[in-house]
Amino acid sequence: MITAPVISATLDSSSGGRAPVVRCRAVVKTYGSGNSAVRALRGVDIDVGAGELLMLVGPSGCGKTTLISVVAGVLDRDAGECSVLGEDYAKMSSSARARFRGRNIGFVFQQFNLIPTLSIAENAAVPLLINGMSRKAALAQATELLAQVGLGDRTKDYPTRLSGGQQQRVAIARALVHRPRIIVCDEPTSALDHVTGQKVMELLRSVAAGNDLSLLVVTHDQRIFEFADRIAEMDDGRINRVSTGEGHAQAAIRHDEDASK
Amino acid sequence: MIRLALRMLTGDRLKYFGLLAGMAFAAMMIAQQASIFFGLKAQTGGFIREMPSVDLWVMDEQVRFSEDDKPLPDTAAQRIKGIDGVDWAVPLYKAWQRARLADGTRLQVVIVGVDDATLVGAPAQMVEGSTLDLRRDPGVIIDVRDAATKLRLERSNGGPLKVGHSLNINDSDARIVGTYSATASFFWDPVIYTTYSRAVRMAPAQRQMMSFVLVKVRPGADIKAVQKRITDTTGYTARTGPEFESITAAYILKSTGILVNFGMAVGLGFIIGLLVTGQTFFNFTLDNSRYFAALKAMGATATTLIAMVVSQVMAVSLLSFGIGVGVAALVGTFIAKTDLAFLMPWYVVVFTLVSMLLVGLASAILSLIKVLRLEPGVVFRT
Repeated sequence: MITAPVISATLDSSSGGRAPVVRCRAVVKTYGSGNSAVRALRGVDIDVGAGELLMLVGPSGCGKTTLISVVAGVLDRDAGECSVLGEDYAKMSSSARARFRGRNIGFVFQQFNLIPTLSIAENAAVPLLINGMSRKAALAQATELLAQVGLGDRTKDYPTRLSGGQQQRVAIARALVHRPRIIVCDEPTSALDHVTGQKVMELLRSVAAGNDLSLLVVTHDQRIFEFADRIAEMDDGRINRVSTGEGHAQAAIRHDEDASK
Repeated sequence: MIRLALRMLTGDRLKYFGLLAGMAFAAMMIAQQASIFFGLKAQTGGFIREMPSVDLWVMDEQVRFSEDDKPLPDTAAQRIKGIDGVDWAVPLYKAWQRARLADGTRLQVVIVGVDDATLVGAPAQMVEGSTLDLRRDPGVIIDVRDAATKLRLERSNGGPLKVGHSLNINDSDARIVGTYSATASFFWDPVIYTTYSRAVRMAPAQRQMMSFVLVKVRPGADIKAVQKRITDTTGYTARTGPEFESITAAYILKSTGILVNFGMAVGLGFIIGLLVTGQTFFNFTLDNSRYFAALKAMGATATTLIAMVVSQVMAVSLLSFGIGVGVAALVGTFIAKTDLAFLMPWYVVVFTLVSMLLVGLASAILSLIKVLRLEPGVVFRT
C-alpha cells in the first residue's frame, strides 16, 4: 500500500510526449443498478504512449482491473470516450472487437491461464491459431519466441511441470507471439517471488522496448515500480496522481525505510 | 483451433474416458435394444418367410396375424385357381392342437398341413429325411431344435424326439419321418408339418378347415391386379408375403406392448446418454471456463468458440457411437447363434448415430450457453 507522497514529475495523465496508442477521457463504468450499483470508474482520463510502460496502482476495488478491461476491449464502458490505436470499441461489433483484440492486444494474467492439457509451445501459439495461422507455422513461431524467453528446451513440456516464473514466461511469450501493439498485464508478479518477479519484469521491459510495445500493467507490487515509465495511482474509481516510475519507486523505498525504523 | 479444442478434450484422460464410456454405453443400449426389437419384429414373420415360393396368401378378411385362426370354406382353393393370373393355388392348414408325447407329456403344438399333391409349403431346410416322406401315413416332420428342447422326452429320460418316434395329436397317432431347421420365430409352440388331409383328419371337425390358400401368380401377371381380382371374386383378402409379415408384426407390437417396452429401453439409453454426456460435458466446460474466457479475451470469436465446443462434443459422440454400435454388433454375433432375436439393419445404425449426435448437440448447447455467456473480463478477476 502506497502512502508516501508522490514526487512530482509529469503529474498528468497524458502519454508523456509519446504518440498515444490509448486515449481515454471521462470513462465511467458502473456495475449493477439501483441501490446495489457500484461505480467502478468515475470519469477516468488516461493516455498510454507508444512504447510506454504505464502501471496502474491502488487499493483493491479502486477500479484498476475495470480500467484495463475497458482498455483491452473485454468490458464495455458506460460513458466517456476511449480510443485504442485510433479505434473505438463502442463502434465495433462483438466479433470485430474480438478480432481487433486478437491482432493488437496481448494479455498476461495473474494466474497465467495456461491451458494445462496443451504443451508449452501450443499454449504460446494460441493467439496465432486464433488469428488463423496454420498450426505448423504457429508452433514454429511460438517455439522461436519461447527460446527468446529462455524456454527453448521446454517447448514440449506441459505447464504443470514448470515453476511459477517459467509459467509466467510462457504467458509472456503467448502475449508477444502475434506481435501485438499493446500488452495488458494483470498483476504479472503477484504469484511470483521477488527475484522471479524482477526477472519477469525485466523480460517484459526489454521486449517492450525492443518492439515499441505499450504496456499497461496493473500491480500492487511496489518492488516493480522501478520498471514503469509512469505510474497512475487510482482510488475510488479515479486516477488521483500520475508520476514517473522512478520517483514513485524512490518514494516507496523511503516509505519502507521509515516503516522499518 | 479445432485441433486445439480436441487436445483440450483429450488432455484430461480421466474425464475424457469417463465421458466416452458413458456415451458409448448409451449408444450400445440404443443400438442393442433397437436391434432386439427389430429382431423380434422380424421373427414374427418367420413362418411366412418359410414359404418364399408363395406370391400371395389368401385369407379371411378378418385375419389379423399369421397365427389367427379364421378358416375359409373347403372350396376356396378351387375358386381361386380359376381366377385370371393365378398359376396355381393350394390349401394350407394351420392351427393349434393338443399333442401328447410317448412319455405322457402333454403340450400345445401348431399343426401345419401342406397340399398333399404338391407339398407346397413344406419346410425348405430338411435336416433328416425328405419332405416326400410326408406321404407315408401318419408322417409328420418336426423342427430339429424343438426335438431336443420343447419336444424332449423329459419324463422318461428318453432324450430328444427322433425320426421313428411316435406322438399323439388329438388322439390321432403320428410318426416322425423327418426333421427340419426352422427359421427363428417369435411364436413359441412347436410347429409340426404334415399333409393337409392328415392335418384335417387330426383336427377336431369343423365346417371350415382351410386356413390359407397359397397362390403363385402366373409369370408376367400384375400381382396387384391379381390381388384385386381375388378379392373382387371371392371376398377374401390376398396379401403378399411382406404385406402379411407387416400386418402380423403390427398386430403383435400393438397387442403385446413390445413396442412400448423397447421404446422405453431405447428412450432410457437416450436419456442416460443425455444426462451423462450433458453433465460430464457441462462440468468439463465449467472446469475450462477460465481458459475459454482467456481465449475470448485473446480474440477468439463466438464462431470459433462454437466450432471448438461442437467439435469436442461431436468427436466424443462419433467415437462413442462407433464403440457402442461395435459392442452391440459383437454381442449380436453371439446372440445370432441362438434363437434370441437380434437384427441390426442399416437404419438401426443410422438411428443410433442420429441419437448420439442429438445427445451431443444437446450437450453442446448446454455448454455453449455457458461459454458464450462468459464475459472475457472474468479472466482479470480470477
